[in-house]
Amino acid sequence: MSFRLLFETLVHPRKVVQDLGDAPTPQDAAATLHGSLQIRHVDAGSCNGCELEVTSAFAPVYDAERFGVRLVASPRHADALLVTGPVTKNMAEPLRKTLEAMPEPRLVISLGDCAHDCGIFKGAYGVEGSVSDVVNVDVHIAGCPPRPEVIVEALRGLTGR
Amino acid sequence: MNEVYVVTIGLAGVMAAILGGALPASSRVGAAVALTWVSCGAGIAAAVAVLSSGHVISLSTSAILPLTGVTLVLNPLGALFVISISVVALASTLYWLGYASHGLATRNASCALPLFVTSMLFVPFAASVATFLVLWEMMALASLVLVLTDQSRREAARSAAQWYAVMTHAGAAAILLALVLLSAHSGGQTFADIEAHARHLSGAVRGTIFVLALLGFGSKAGAVPLHVWLPKAHAEAPGPASALMSGAMVNLGIYGIILVGNELLGGGPVWWWLLVSVLGVVSALYGALYAATSTDLKRLLAYSTTDNMGLVLIALGASGLFGAVGRPTTAAIAMVAALLLLVNHSVFKGALFLAAGAVQVATGTRDLDRLGGLMRRMPVTGVVFFVGALSVAALPPFNGFVGEWLLFQGLLHGLPTSNTSVVISVAVAVAALALTGGLTVVAFVKATGIGFLGRGRSVEATEAHEAAITMRLGAAALATLCLVLGLVPMLVLPAIERAAASAGRANATSATSGWISLHLIGLRGVLAPSLLAGGLAIAVLVVIVIRRLTHRRGHAWPAVNPVEPWGSGRKLQTARMQYTATSFAEPLQRVFDDVIRPSRDLDVSHFVESRYYIERIVFHTSNDDLIERQFYRPCIAGVRWWGQRARRLQNGSVHRYLAFGFVALVIVLVVVA
Amino acid sequence: MNEFTHVVTQVLVAVFQVAAVAVGGALLLGLMRKVRSRLEGRVGAPIHQPLLDLRKLFAKQRTRPQDSSWVFGAGPVVLVATVVAVTAVSPLVTAHPPLGQSSDFFAVVFVLLLGSVLLALSALDTGTAFGGMGSSRSMTIGALCEPALLVAILAMAIAARTSNLPALVRIGLNHPALIASPARILALASFLVVILAESGRLPVDNPSTHLELTMIHEAMVLEYSGADLGLITLGESMRLVFLLGLFVNLFVPWGVANRPGALFFSVGLLALIAKVAAVGTTIAVFEVFTAKMRLFRLPELLAGGFVLALLGAVTAVVAR
Repeated sequence: MSFRLLFETLVHPRKVVQDLGDAPTPQDAAATLHGSLQIRHVDAGSCNGCELEVTSAFAPVYDAERFGVRLVASPRHADALLVTGPVTKNMAEPLRKTLEAMPEPRLVISLGDCAHDCGIFKGAYGVEGSVSDVVNVDVHIAGCPPRPEVIVEALRGLTGR
Repeated sequence: MNEVYVVTIGLAGVMAAILGGALPASSRVGAAVALTWVSCGAGIAAAVAVLSSGHVISLSTSAILPLTGVTLVLNPLGALFVISISVVALASTLYWLGYASHGLATRNASCALPLFVTSMLFVPFAASVATFLVLWEMMALASLVLVLTDQSRREAARSAAQWYAVMTHAGAAAILLALVLLSAHSGGQTFADIEAHARHLSGAVRGTIFVLALLGFGSKAGAVPLHVWLPKAHAEAPGPASALMSGAMVNLGIYGIILVGNELLGGGPVWWWLLVSVLGVVSALYGALYAATSTDLKRLLAYSTTDNMGLVLIALGASGLFGAVGRPTTAAIAMVAALLLLVNHSVFKGALFLAAGAVQVATGTRDLDRLGGLMRRMPVTGVVFFVGALSVAALPPFNGFVGEWLLFQGLLHGLPTSNTSVVISVAVAVAALALTGGLTVVAFVKATGIGFLGRGRSVEATEAHEAAITMRLGAAALATLCLVLGLVPMLVLPAIERAAASAGRANATSATSGWISLHLIGLRGVLAPSLLAGGLAIAVLVVIVIRRLTHRRGHAWPAVNPVEPWGSGRKLQTARMQYTATSFAEPLQRVFDDVIRPSRDLDVSHFVESRYYIERIVFHTSNDDLIERQFYRPCIAGVRWWGQRARRLQNGSVHRYLAFGFVALVIVLVVVA
Repeated sequence: MNEFTHVVTQVLVAVFQVAAVAVGGALLLGLMRKVRSRLEGRVGAPIHQPLLDLRKLFAKQRTRPQDSSWVFGAGPVVLVATVVAVTAVSPLVTAHPPLGQSSDFFAVVFVLLLGSVLLALSALDTGTAFGGMGSSRSMTIGALCEPALLVAILAMAIAARTSNLPALVRIGLNHPALIASPARILALASFLVVILAESGRLPVDNPSTHLELTMIHEAMVLEYSGADLGLITLGESMRLVFLLGLFVNLFVPWGVANRPGALFFSVGLLALIAKVAAVGTTIAVFEVFTAKMRLFRLPELLAGGFVLALLGAVTAVVAR
């Protein structure tokens, strides 16, 4: 347990919060979040392969929670939006609404090749586009599906732990 | 000097009624209100004089009522009631000034309302059987006229007035019997004579008198099972009238019980007070349950009145029980708690009904399922209702909390006793108090939350306008009083203790002490309402400051962002997707389904072409009063059946009717001789 | 001067108790999550993680629904303020808290209820279906908890002849035989059931659920963000620590500072930390092995709690 961190939190809240700022890059995100990241996951049209890997990443073996990451139910509670899959026509508007519902400062993480460039679903009749066509993406995790350790690695980069 | 006050009350009240009925429309309400204010002011002056000096005011004349004359005596108990009625009347009549343009400026209403107030002010003065009964009847008739204000437009108002008329007169008949029995056995009809001879009555007679009085006065107070008129009449009466009925008239029901039980009969055996406690427990639970499951705003408030009167009856019953088993300290505390609960109830229920009246005027509806978002459109009314709701739910820092605390202390310290029935009834009372408290919280979170918060569920709610200035002032005055009495209950406690002492609990005057904190003398219990409120206020300020300070400055995004509510990313979000009052109470209703037994009606209609395609489904559910449905309606049906049978006697022949008269006369002569 | 130093000491004690409960709340939350994680076979977040979460939350933007009124912002504030107010005057670290004479058990219960009511009202102010749902379920459970809670207090107060909270704790310290009396044990068992229900732990409510339709308390806070969410999280964890602190001090009062002095105070603090951590760990272990009860089976659980309390009250009367 970091006593320095605890001390700083309790004694100098003003000084600490001045470090936080809008976070356009992952390195800045680490400075902003100080080891606490709440994620809201949205399946914009994926095949659920990425979801299985995410579940694995938070399960006993890979355990992303020990680095301060947690999945939450409401975008209002979240710092980052984790989007999987290509964005289908029906999910475009809900995805935008979910992002709008998040308070600043916020990040968008796109997970998997489908989220990046529609992957194997490119050109399909139900697909609107990739995630970056619908919302601004801050971090991308590549892979089809990305392995749990890759996911955990990326999240550690964001939390700085 | 004090007699002048009494005469002023009467004269001003009568003048108000006359002018209200005689003047043209532009000035009748104003004149009636001004004179009613004079009358109430004189009432407060008289009551304060009695409470501060301890001397009674008495006035008697043989002029106004033939044969019996009028005897008026104001003792501290009556003085307390006069003050509480005056305060509610002052606020309600002020409110009436703004409300009048919504149907309450007719000659009938302008004559009946001042008459109602005056007769209520005089009931605690009544010191003879005839005076009491005349005033009681005047009060009932005046309020009946007020309930009938809307009767030409709403069938529900007519039906409510019918129920009210029949039940109030049935109650008056029981009271009449009780008082006449008392005076018959005491040889005189003034209360002084009755008190002097009361101890010579046999136990059976005393018991009968007490039960009759309990039934009659209990019905007026709204005790279950004689409460059926209350949700109808209080809901259908216009704003200021319903505030007066719930905030002042039901108090007189309790006044009657204390009058007969403690003053006239001078206390009684344990079973009397067990009966009172049982009535109280049943009323409290029943009222709270129906309030929690009601979707009509004013009906909810009316059932809450039944609930609160049940609490007062529990306190009265506990006081009597402790007195009967020889524990005067806790008996005094319980009586003080009962009177405090009563005073508090007048204030917060008056505020709630006045706010509900403003809502009804602004939106045209009382149905909670069609309201919402009113806190932003009607800020003052919203805050008044919020304060009133927190007071009913007995939450600090408002006045309801102190009364409940005092009652809990009384029950707690009275519990260790050897009498088994007392132990059981007190334990049951505490459990009932707790459950009632919980149900009341649900009812008022529902009423405030669904009625005032969120978004409007209908066009009328989204376009509501704030009430007129006098309406706001009247309601806000009572709400402020809720806060003041919650912070400094010691303002009224000495008066209440004097009143309790005059009602038979002689050591009540030394029951509590202290100005900042309330100490129970002779028992270990301390409460500091103002310190508690102060602590809460400081904590709130500290939290708000912390919330402000921890926000960073100098960023593109604003500190607080008004956004669309989060609905899981749904494209279409309407106000109809919110919870309604029915859905809010549904889990609770399910728990108590066997008690409430709501009627459910499902109507499925198919397309003509094929049974597989459903055209319409209509689901109807209603929470009719269980006692009305299971008991009263069968009784009424039975009476109607009997009436049909008896029609055979009416064949139109005059000879037969004369024969009936002759036979009846002969029987009466035989019996009397 | 003596009066002045006395007042200053009392204020310091109050502030210290509040701070201890605030930090302790976050740590207890972290501890319970850690225990749960370990039993699930993973490492889990460190114990001080909730503190980091709170720090981040307080710096984030606050959002409010467009059509909400002042009640929405007032909910979190009043929730925390009520817990702070009762923590300052309750016998947690010391058996002689500031303003201890007016620290009545009934008053404490009603002040906490004020916080819950304001939170429920602010949930209704969001104008969403989830807010109404959370509010409705939470209030129903609260209504059914009240009888158990108040009768349990009655049972404890009969034996001590007072409902003053520090007096109840001191009686336990001075008369150890009273702790083992059936009345007190039954009352405290009922109190524990109520604590689990009121603070939204399993089997009443799952605090880490993601499914909105299974939420009771969480559904009320879906609309909050930033400092408001931070306040609510803080308030709820403080409330849990406060209630557990009362529970352990009534059940196992040894260690509570009964005399003035820094040494006794430190011992009291350590004892409180140890006892609350122990109870918290037990609850966390219990939660791992329990499933959430159906919403409509909860009245049975709460009725069971009520029966325990009633038995306790009857025993208290009979045994005198």
